[in-house]
Amino acid sequence: MHNAENLKEYREDMQEALDNEFLRKSMDAFAVGYRENRAKAFADINETELIKKIADCKDYAVKNNAALLQQFTEEAEKRGVKVHLAKDAEEANALIAKIAKDNDVKKIIKSKSMTSEETLLNHYLEDEKFNVIETDLGEWIIQMRHEGPSHMVMPAIHLSRYQVQDLFSERVGEKLDSDPVKLTKVARRELRRDFADADMGISGANFCVAENGHIGIATNEGNARLTTTAPRVHVAIAGIDKLVPKLTDALTALKALPRNATGQALTSYVTWIGGANECAIGEDNKKEMHIIFLDNGRSKIAEDEMFSQIFRCVRCGACANVCPVYRLVGGHQMGHIYIGAIGLILTYFYHGEEKAKNLVHNCINCGACKSICAGGIDLPGLIKELRARLNEDNGMPMETNLLGKVLKNRKLFHSLLRFGKWAQTPVKKGPYLRHLPLMFMKDQGFRSFPSIADKPFRDRFKEIKPMVHNPSHRVALFSGCVQDFVYPEQMEAAVKVMARHNVAIDFPMDQSCCGLPVQMMGEKQATIDVAKQNVDAFEGTNCDYIVTLCASCASHLKEAYAELLEGDRKYKEKVKRFSAKIIDFSSYAHDVLGVSTEDFNKSSEKVAYHASCHLCRELKVVDQPRNLIDMAGEYAPSAEEDVCCGFGGTFTVKFPELSSTLLDKKLTNIEATGAKRLVADCPGCLLHLRGGSNVRENGMKVTHIAELLAENLK
Amino acid sequence: MSDLKELFREKAELVAAKVTDIKSMDEAFAYAAKYVAEKNPCELLIPSSPDAPQPEFLEEKIMAAPELSDDQYAALAKECEAKGVKLIKSGMRDLMAGIDAGFTICDAGFVETGSIVQQSNGEELRLATMVSEAHIAVLPVSKIFEDSIAAEKLLLELMSGVAYTAVITGPSRTADIERTLAIGAHGPLELHILLLED
Ligand code: SF4
Ligand code: SF4
Repeated sequence: MHNAENLKEYREDMQEALDNEFLRKSMDAFAVGYRENRAKAFADINETELIKKIADCKDYAVKNNAALLQQFTEEAEKRGVKVHLAKDAEEANALIAKIAKDNDVKKIIKSKSMTSEETLLNHYLEDEKFNVIETDLGEWIIQMRHEGPSHMVMPAIHLSRYQVQDLFSERVGEKLDSDPVKLTKVARRELRRDFADADMGISGANFCVAENGHIGIATNEGNARLTTTAPRVHVAIAGIDKLVPKLTDALTALKALPRNATGQALTSYVTWIGGANECAIGEDNKKEMHIIFLDNGRSKIAEDEMFSQIFRCVRCGACANVCPVYRLVGGHQMGHIYIGAIGLILTYFYHGEEKAKNLVHNCINCGACKSICAGGIDLPGLIKELRARLNEDNGMPMETNLLGKVLKNRKLFHSLLRFGKWAQTPVKKGPYLRHLPLMFMKDQGFRSFPSIADKPFRDRFKEIKPMVHNPSHRVALFSGCVQDFVYPEQMEAAVKVMARHNVAIDFPMDQSCCGLPVQMMGEKQATIDVAKQNVDAFEGTNCDYIVTLCASCASHLKEAYAELLEGDRKYKEKVKRFSAKIIDFSSYAHDVLGVSTEDFNKSSEKVAYHASCHLCRELKVVDQPRNLIDMAGEYAPSAEEDVCCGFGGTFTVKFPELSSTLLDKKLTNIEATGAKRLVADCPGCLLHLRGGSNVRENGMKVTHIAELLAENLK
Repeated sequence: MSDLKELFREKAELVAAKVTDIKSMDEAFAYAAKYVAEKNPCELLIPSSPDAPQPEFLEEKIMAAPELSDDQYAALAKECEAKGVKLIKSGMRDLMAGIDAGFTICDAGFVETGSIVQQSNGEELRLATMVSEAHIAVLPVSKIFEDSIAAEKLLLELMSGVAYTAVITGPSRTADIERTLAIGAHGPLELHILLLED
């Protein structure tokens, strides 16, 4: 449970997590193992189609929530259930306590419910002097340890068998074996009596089916079945977002939920409960059954055009499973109660700005969560938007504000960058800066920073612009700030490769930063302003393609611009034309130029590759760069090639500890290939990887893929 | 049809169910009685008295078969008697500490996941499939569907009134401690599926 007051405390908490060796190892094993299991589980499934179906159904359900709730209520009441709607956590907890009192309940057993975690139900009931016992193994463990969950599906994933061994040994009063299978048997034995003599069972619900008033619960252990069967009272608590119109909608979502959660085709049990079933110890031989629907701000979010998509979430937990930040710091630092990418967002809505304000910055924008989300939610996009909203509400932090202002004025921005060249002279050492001035100083020593080039690309272009008479097509280059001012040689290399293919090349001078860095900081207006500048800068150019060597720029220009400017009538059409022309360098060279082995003297150099997040996941460009590498050199695949390098722009400045750990992992994997050459498609990644290699003194030559191609041209 | 059957077997075995072919219900009864007679004694999960030494075991072999027709029940009882197994059809609430086996006939099977569907509206049947160490379920081959969606109509029928419908895929399991798979959390340690050619 994340409770840090400020960023400093938060960073300290995370350092503690980073120092926890067990957590490190087990999270690494989990991340790698999960990926394989998930891939196997989805092998025979059209994933895209399935996710789309789930998203459509859930979107429909959100829009028609009130009607579904009414239909569900009618069906459930017909079956003897009492249905309640609680407007917030307090009301839900009070309702449940009242039901317990009215029924003379003393002991309550619970099966796993994230919704009850959301309302902090256990605390409430314990304060009311009820004996509350969690029966899911993981939940039981953390309940005894007085902790919150560290994962939505595996709540005790942060603990080692030895910690559980100690806990259970203390409970039963004898020294137990640490074997997880044996420890599981202990829980089986210890909890059975509680099942047998509890008065009330509380469960969650994965689905509430309106057409027949049934709730569906997916579990592996079988505890939900006992919880909903043995006691005389059953209370189910569910967010109103769990409503779906038809059984088949739930069955469809169930195809993705367990596969995404644990790589299982289906959980051991899916229990469908429709009404007050037979119960030998109940009044009239019937169970007393209640369903509490929790609103807690949901109906308001449902009206938010952008954020209503969070209700597509089926709580599979996969967005944590693949998140490189979660992998490093675990669930207690990557969420308050809800964990992972969705946790960052839900914390803001359900537990308030205070709890969310640090969390929302802890996303590197790598897109891994978005690419596997069972509901197809644009999680990183929403996290960026949250930062903007937090800034709007609380005022912009100074540096964000300043950068935003500067970016709005391209000339000022560019002259500052040029000025940076002079400002850095005293500290410049070779191509790396020993120290950077001002705010960049702190905790950044794990990676050297590059210096500003003597002459930016924009000043060099005129000299190298190829003369073409009958061009096969026309290209306009988008450089992004890093390649323009720090790595102009990467652009030059690209021009060299293109020049041999009879292409007309242009470089519109009014282009500026793509705007992603300010968007990451939550500066919405500046993001929109630079987007307009860039669209205008290219509008006058007669070109068939806009080529960029920066994967992050490419994905931002291609995907985000349209969304950003969609509401602006003046730009709506322009931005469509603009975005349609955007292409990343590797795709352009491979698919449009059609370069082949004929173009190169294939060298025997072993070349490793880093798949930049925005290229492989956002733009889904996978084969092209690898094929290109193999044309010019010997491609040497490395482990976890598509895991984030830890740069993430502003992320590396805010969370240097995390950023450097990710970088170390990445470089260790690359070095293991034996290659002394590393290429990527993104200057941000390159800056990071090159600076890290420099500090590690691993002798790695780190370049853009375009430079590799240019070097080996025939 | 036999294709579906083989695929079902493959998927169910993947999730640690024990799948056996049978030609008649009599064969199923014989299988169940023999299995229970030969299995290890059932561990009692609730001590019989506060100072009873642990672990404690059920003194006799007990199988529950709450919803068989009278004829079926009689036939199974005969098999059980021959093997010294006590057969019951009610009283599960007094046996929450555990019994050896629950015997059921299920309503459907799904090839996709190797699952069985068990309508469990009756409380005795529900408890029998929860607190038994082994759940022995007969699945008529004619009730095997491709997946849950293909069985939607049947499922909706099963759920038409007040209902409790269980989709069961392998034995109870957990991986909550260090993600290590442990079979037998709060439910049966074994799931036997008897595929009845009908
Ligand atoms: S975008 Fe990457 S870093 Fe951010 S939440 Fe998703 S997986 Fe984690
Ligand atoms: S946001 Fe997506 S990936 Fe994360 S828990 Fe929800 S459905 Fe699963």
